[in-house]
Amino acid sequence: MTTFTPSSSAETLSTVQWAAAEETPLELLGHGSKRGIGRPLQTEHTLDLSKLAGVTLYEPAELVLSARAGTPLAEIEQLLAENGQQLAFEPMDYAPLLGGEPGRGTMGGVLASNLSGPRRLKAGAARDHILGVAAVSGRGEAFKSGGRVVKNVTGYDLSKLMANSWGTLAVLTDVTFKVLPAAETEVTLAIRGLLDDAAVAAMALALGSSAEVSSAAHLPQRIAARVASGRHGSDAATLLRVEGFGPSVVYRIEALKQLLGQAGPLEEIAGEASKTIWRDIRDCWPFADGKTGPVWRVSMAPSQAHHMVMALRMQAAVDAFYDWQGGLVWLSMREDDPEAELLRGLIRKYGGGHATLVRASAPHRAALPVFEPQPPHLAALSARLKAEFDPKQILNPGRMA
Amino acid sequence: MSGLAMPKPDAETLRRRAEIAADMRIIVPGEGVVDAANEMRAFESDGLTAYRQLPLVVVLPETVAQVSRVLKYCSDRNIRVVPRGSGTSLSGGALPLEDAVLLVMSRFNRILAIDYPNRIVVAQPGVTNLGITTAVEQEGFYYAPDPSSQIACSIGGNVAENSGGVHCLKYGLTANNVLGIEMVLMNGEVVRLGGSHLDQEGYDLLGVMTGSEGLLGVVTEVTVRILKKPETARALLIGFPTSEEGGQCVADIIGAGIIPGGMEMMDRPAIHAAEDFVHAGYPLDVEALLIVELDGPGVEVDHLIGLVEAIAYRNGSTTCRISQSEQERLTFWAGRKAAFPAVGRISPDYYCMDGTIPRKELPRVLAGMRDLSEKYGLGVANVFHAGDGNLHPLILYDANVPGELDKAESFGADILRLCVEVGGVLTGEHGVGVEKRDLMPEMFNQVDLDQQMRVKCAFDPNHLLNPGKVFPQLRRCAELGRMHVHRGEVAFPDIPRF
Repeated sequence: MTTFTPSSSAETLSTVQWAAAEETPLELLGHGSKRGIGRPLQTEHTLDLSKLAGVTLYEPAELVLSARAGTPLAEIEQLLAENGQQLAFEPMDYAPLLGGEPGRGTMGGVLASNLSGPRRLKAGAARDHILGVAAVSGRGEAFKSGGRVVKNVTGYDLSKLMANSWGTLAVLTDVTFKVLPAAETEVTLAIRGLLDDAAVAAMALALGSSAEVSSAAHLPQRIAARVASGRHGSDAATLLRVEGFGPSVVYRIEALKQLLGQAGPLEEIAGEASKTIWRDIRDCWPFADGKTGPVWRVSMAPSQAHHMVMALRMQAAVDAFYDWQGGLVWLSMREDDPEAELLRGLIRKYGGGHATLVRASAPHRAALPVFEPQPPHLAALSARLKAEFDPKQILNPGRMA
Repeated sequence: MSGLAMPKPDAETLRRRAEIAADMRIIVPGEGVVDAANEMRAFESDGLTAYRQLPLVVVLPETVAQVSRVLKYCSDRNIRVVPRGSGTSLSGGALPLEDAVLLVMSRFNRILAIDYPNRIVVAQPGVTNLGITTAVEQEGFYYAPDPSSQIACSIGGNVAENSGGVHCLKYGLTANNVLGIEMVLMNGEVVRLGGSHLDQEGYDLLGVMTGSEGLLGVVTEVTVRILKKPETARALLIGFPTSEEGGQCVADIIGAGIIPGGMEMMDRPAIHAAEDFVHAGYPLDVEALLIVELDGPGVEVDHLIGLVEAIAYRNGSTTCRISQSEQERLTFWAGRKAAFPAVGRISPDYYCMDGTIPRKELPRVLAGMRDLSEKYGLGVANVFHAGDGNLHPLILYDANVPGELDKAESFGADILRLCVEVGGVLTGEHGVGVEKRDLMPEMFNQVDLDQQMRVKCAFDPNHLLNPGKVFPQLRRCAELGRMHVHRGEVAFPDIPRF
């Protein structure tokens, strides 16, 4: 049992070359903040990338930042904030849900798990902001893809392929992201007391307007009390975030009020209070109960997801709340059984999508497909792709299986 | 590039041409197969017209089942296939091969679903880019990526090329606006990636397919995200005595936290050509002209126009006009949008390049281009997507003068080398195709290229789909699959534990 802790790309390369030659699997680790997601690994050796750290290029006016893959996300977010910028895709922190210290996680992990947050709706996920990578394949070869400019179609976009690959294709050594100005102002409009279907209709109306809503979430009754330390009460809250320059935010909030005045009682939540709500939704605070009961992250068409949840409730005891205009459902199972087949069957029935079992006990994670199983042709294609990057199956073997 | 080497035609396939055409007619009955030379002439090139080649046979399928059967037939018989959308590629992505079936997707021209609550449109790949906007604009929606060929180019082709446009700094490229596709692999298998939800499950194959230039699969359906049209848009027309000041103005606008809907720059030759052509009222005594378009609610646009105007003034602008009407905004754009044909008026031919650079390197690259222009004795005019650093140098030449095309191509290659040298890339939005294929080693080493080709191997192990594009040298997948790391070559057991 050895932990390799390289502090350079060259050391990373030689470690992977050794593992490839020995055909001995490695578990790839940044801070380990998302180690509890995916099928548990049983590798003899660990490749700890947390020493492969440091910002290598940051040019705010060019909207670009490069860092070693092990650079802490928190350090990057602080650096960007000092320059009035941000990672617009708002990477979530799994710590509240999975346990562990908050604010951990590396830039490589951000890409490898394709993190995003409530602003995914408007600004995309990590995959939409990655510009370039340097990596070491499971073949023990250092390769690069992409670049440091925001517009680039030179060759296949292997950088995007690293997104959501959970360390099963290559070891990231360097990542380059597009960064964007942080909004000057944010205000959240809350509609109180709506049931799921009315909330989904209200969110669709808001997103279909020109108010440029950047996030839309629905916290059903009682769940609402689990964000922002219960400050906003327990009535259901349908939340619409508007960001931008002051005068524009005022105007757009007013436009939303006109549009949604009949939907229910409205509240405006500004500044830090608004930020706190969205951070708590981002990090799935409503289900951060310190336990290990099954929690699912489900992505579906926004208009369909609540129908699936309704059908699921007929057969299982669940708590649910919605982000991404209703398209992202966080589901907490009240019993120990994740009900994977039932849930995935219902997702298919209601127009398709995918479910990831982001929290579960190790036995459940070992026994069930944590990630959405793919249809045969697609699964075969993914397997062929994996083999082209990691023919000896030495990188996080089985984690996505 | 004129001496471009394409894969050697397969003699057996050429010999069986009539038989293959007859079999294609069984798979695609009716008018869907074209094999007479005079009728195939319309397909012999795409937007990169310097290269022409008649295909083996042209097939225009109408159903996914037909696409699947054509590909499986060709796969089983080792016949090459070149997919084609509207044929507007500027890099030769749809250039036919003598021994390849040209699979033309233009009959896939229907919008399949419009879903306003989820803000998506499901379209067949032959629907034009503008066709999607047209289908939803009565409800006030549009499809954001807007390549300049949008009236003609197809959404399937946009996926293949990851097309951009004037608005992509703010609204993203095709890759950021496509939620799902259905595609057919070379072996005939039909695969769906993504759908009407966000984020594909598993590996981001959708991300790899977007911009893969028709080498990985044939797209048969596309799901895109539509947006509500901004309430208003206004533009500023700003002139600078030097390109440095113009470039600094762009940097300061972004530094102030403003991401304009569009931000375009033109250099002196482009300004003059455009003004002579469309009389947009461009100032002629400036070295750099910047068009900054702000879109959104009226109050936001008015607020930002004030900020941008002040930034322009601080950066030494000698002229700054703000559009007072929709008509005036369109006039500001008229010159920029007509820049290519305008340059076409002052030169018998022009060759459009497409490098991207870090913006701060603009003065250095423009200076480098002036030197190259002198060296080759050919003029160059520049239009520039200033927000994202995407340069479109237009090299002026005369194809009727022997040797000038070669000279223009060498000039272009030198410009792209310069782009890479300053930290940029070979192509921002036009694709590699055949045009920049042999320049790929300027940006990637053999290991990088081999790994890209291995991705190809997972999709198309026999290199039958669109071969001769993107990669300067095709290597067999069996050869690429070999591992060169062997036990004992790496220090072991002395492997350092760091």
